[in-house]
Amino acid sequence: MEKEEIRKELKVSAIENGTVIDHIPSENVFQVIKILNLKEAENQILFGTNLESTKMGKKGIIKVSNKYFKADEINKIALVAPNATLIIIKDFKVSEKKKVQVPDTVEKIVKCFNPNCITNNEDVNSKFTVIDKTDLKLRCHYCEKITIKSTMTFL
Amino acid sequence: MPLFFIFKVSKYYRMKNKSLVSINDFSREEHLRILDLAEKFEKNPTQNILEKYVVATLFFEPSTRTRLSFESAASRLGAKVIGFSEPGSTSVKKGESLRDTIMTVANYSDVIVMRHPLDGSARFASEVSRVPIINAGDGANQHPTQTLLDMYSIRKTQGKLDNLNIAFVGDLKYGRTVHSLVMALCNFNTTFHLVSPEELKLPSSVKLHIKEKNLEYKQYSDLMSVIPEVDILYMTRIQKERFSDPLDYEKVKNSYVLRNSMLEKSKPNLKIMHPLPRVNEISIDVDSNPQAYYFTQALNGVYVRQAILAEILGAKVK
Repeated sequence: MEKEEIRKELKVSAIENGTVIDHIPSENVFQVIKILNLKEAENQILFGTNLESTKMGKKGIIKVSNKYFKADEINKIALVAPNATLIIIKDFKVSEKKKVQVPDTVEKIVKCFNPNCITNNEDVNSKFTVIDKTDLKLRCHYCEKITIKSTMTFL
Repeated sequence: MPLFFIFKVSKYYRMKNKSLVSINDFSREEHLRILDLAEKFEKNPTQNILEKYVVATLFFEPSTRTRLSFESAASRLGAKVIGFSEPGSTSVKKGESLRDTIMTVANYSDVIVMRHPLDGSARFASEVSRVPIINAGDGANQHPTQTLLDMYSIRKTQGKLDNLNIAFVGDLKYGRTVHSLVMALCNFNTTFHLVSPEELKLPSSVKLHIKEKNLEYKQYSDLMSVIPEVDILYMTRIQKERFSDPLDYEKVKNSYVLRNSMLEKSKPNLKIMHPLPRVNEISIDVDSNPQAYYFTQALNGVYVRQAILAEILGAKVK
């Protein structure tokens, strides 16, 4: 009897150079794409969702070719993917791995929970200070009210 | 050889051109400086130190006390006052944005005193205006000048601000004067006594601030039990419209009404304060009690607002 060949196949193809964002909660992959404005990017972008993960059960992954993100750019995704891993790829090889960090301030991507806030009534961008990075509590720079994880809506 | 001149920034001008949006925009030291200056104005309220300045008062929602208090304060110091008391007669009615209104009025004045119905509006105004903004109330958020006049009143009646027991009674959830005053008093080692219906408790963000300063607060549902414990009783109005069920309002509306007979066991130094207007939460029979301080509290507003205007405009007080 012939031995069955075990074929290992990547669900999402490898990239030559760029950034892999791994360990995204599966349901938040499209939110990460929105936060990073990847829809407007001209780079080749590959992504997968509902992938099996021993760590998370199910996960999402995004691979962006020829793009290396600055810290303040990528750390925004920590709001929806707090355990995401960033893998820097050069010549198909892993050059560096790091975790995202919840930033100290968040602008434009989260809506203030307070319907009477100026940011929800006039042409003013939302802006928050992160006062609790573990439980994700954001204090609005304008109305000073606290938006918590369960009331967080993304713009 | 270059000569280096070291300029010592005078403490006097530290608040010059700085906006007052939230009570914590000014430090504890700056709060005390305002109170000290207000004392000078109380002794000499009419002096022409602001005669070359124009003060704009922009009230996007109704106010009698705060607006007239500011206009009186500015006028007694010789400033010219311009502005509006409701936006219906202005370009705001045509849809002009707050941004454009502020940027325009900043061209005509040296300082803008502003009351607006949206939370955070004063902070935004301070970011687009080229002149300082004094927040006279932004939605349910802050009312820092009320806080300063409340602090002035407390210090005047108690002889100090530190280590007092202060009760806040009534609507602690929506009362911006309560929020601002609690936050300011956190710099003075205050013990807070909170008396309110369950639905109108102090917000967690303010309680968090108290905890961060390692201070204590006690919660009560009944007013009588707190009276013997405190130096200041700060009363606020409970509004029917804050209750989703009108029957809940009916159950509690009389539980937070102060009557003269309730003051029998109060401390001799107790003073009763209220930001006004009052409805029924302080019974008329309290007015003749020497512990009733709420009308003098309103008068103190003129001196404190004079101090704020003088500091922000950098005018030297006589």
